[in-house]
Amino acid sequence: MALPHDTDPKLAEYAHPEKLVTTDWLAEHLDDPNLVVVESDEDILLYETGHIPGSVKVDWHTELNDQLTRDYLDAAGFAELMSRKGIGRDTTVVFYGDKSNWWAAYALWVFSLFGHPDVRLLDGGRAKWQAEHRPMTTDAPDRATSDYPLVERDDARIRAFRDEVREHLGKPLVDVRSSDEFTGKLLHMANYPQEGTLRGGHIPGAKSVPWARAANEDGTFKSRAELEALYQGEIGLASTDDVVVYCRIGERSSHTWFALTHLLGFDSVRNYDGSWTEWGNAVRMPIEREVEAPE
Amino acid sequence: MTTEVLPPSLAEIVDDFAAVSPRDRLEMLLEFSQSLPPLPERYAEHPERLESVPECQSPLFVATEVADDGTVQIFADAPQESPTTRGFAGIFHAGLNGLPAEAVLAVPGDITAYLSLTDVVSPLRLRGAAALLGRVQRQVREQLTA
Repeated sequence: MALPHDTDPKLAEYAHPEKLVTTDWLAEHLDDPNLVVVESDEDILLYETGHIPGSVKVDWHTELNDQLTRDYLDAAGFAELMSRKGIGRDTTVVFYGDKSNWWAAYALWVFSLFGHPDVRLLDGGRAKWQAEHRPMTTDAPDRATSDYPLVERDDARIRAFRDEVREHLGKPLVDVRSSDEFTGKLLHMANYPQEGTLRGGHIPGAKSVPWARAANEDGTFKSRAELEALYQGEIGLASTDDVVVYCRIGERSSHTWFALTHLLGFDSVRNYDGSWTEWGNAVRMPIEREVEAPE
Repeated sequence: MTTEVLPPSLAEIVDDFAAVSPRDRLEMLLEFSQSLPPLPERYAEHPERLESVPECQSPLFVATEVADDGTVQIFADAPQESPTTRGFAGIFHAGLNGLPAEAVLAVPGDITAYLSLTDVVSPLRLRGAAALLGRVQRQVREQLTA
């Protein structure tokens, strides 16, 4: 049984308010047996320093990725992971994490590849929960393993691959990296190559909207009106557009994918997880530099 | 990889990491993050005297002093909510602090390849850790030639 939705008025404005919960809602439902809270952080040691009571950790680097192929888990791998974390197919999963939920949004996106029915983000993530002095613990969670069915990953709807992006050139592309990464300046820093890519710049035609512009200072998402002003106003997207978002490896762009898909109700947004580490290094892929310098 | 090229204090840390399971390596990294000493007042009150390490995904700041006797003191700080970054700073502090400048400069730039952490820590983080060492070494060189 899925848990009730959060009826918070700020969330109610979004296209799919059922995809977010507030810290108040989570505090109230924390003991519900049909809920599993998943912490997924950029800093992989953060969970160990303290986490929301009962929450389980999902490590993007070692648990969501296949360790031999640059790809996500397969059906068996995901079912095994879910079983180990005590998540059933009908479990409500609430994700939270550091950095305004970068990795939490990324984990949610990967769960969405497997069509897990009820996935939600904690608005404001770990920082907001802590800022409100809500309980944290270092105790390991005590959850029984679950039975999780074998579900094939469906990449077609929300994931884009390199060749598809190449076909997509000319249609809306959003680059959510920082301005310096977008213009190509960052790789030009003397002596300190930073991103492990051979070239700096962006995919031709991409519009730059650094992911963090969708978030408030406290890590919560901006209001629906603010998000519309940004994506529909400033860079002229329409909710019916076929949109591809990307960053370095697809983590920050999961945050933007979430905002466009679930908060603004865009029909077709795909996350290109190959992102700059693939495109920027791939033979014969065209790039652009230093156009439309963003703010 | 042989640790003969490393100073004994750092080689010992490398060996300790290699001796345990990947899961325990993360636990060790967490312990190093907790053992990073707080900044002395002259840096805590003057953060502008610390150099930023932008290669790290999380804020990290470092200052290095070469004393009259030629030994190196390392001062580093990163937010409590960045334990991995603090962990690498803690490793370098534990492994290099108080050594002669020549010994610090002799540490190979690919030090992270020795640390048995490539399976559990992302490449970007390892590059950040290597960049921290690079900046420590550059600061030492600048003071030796000043």
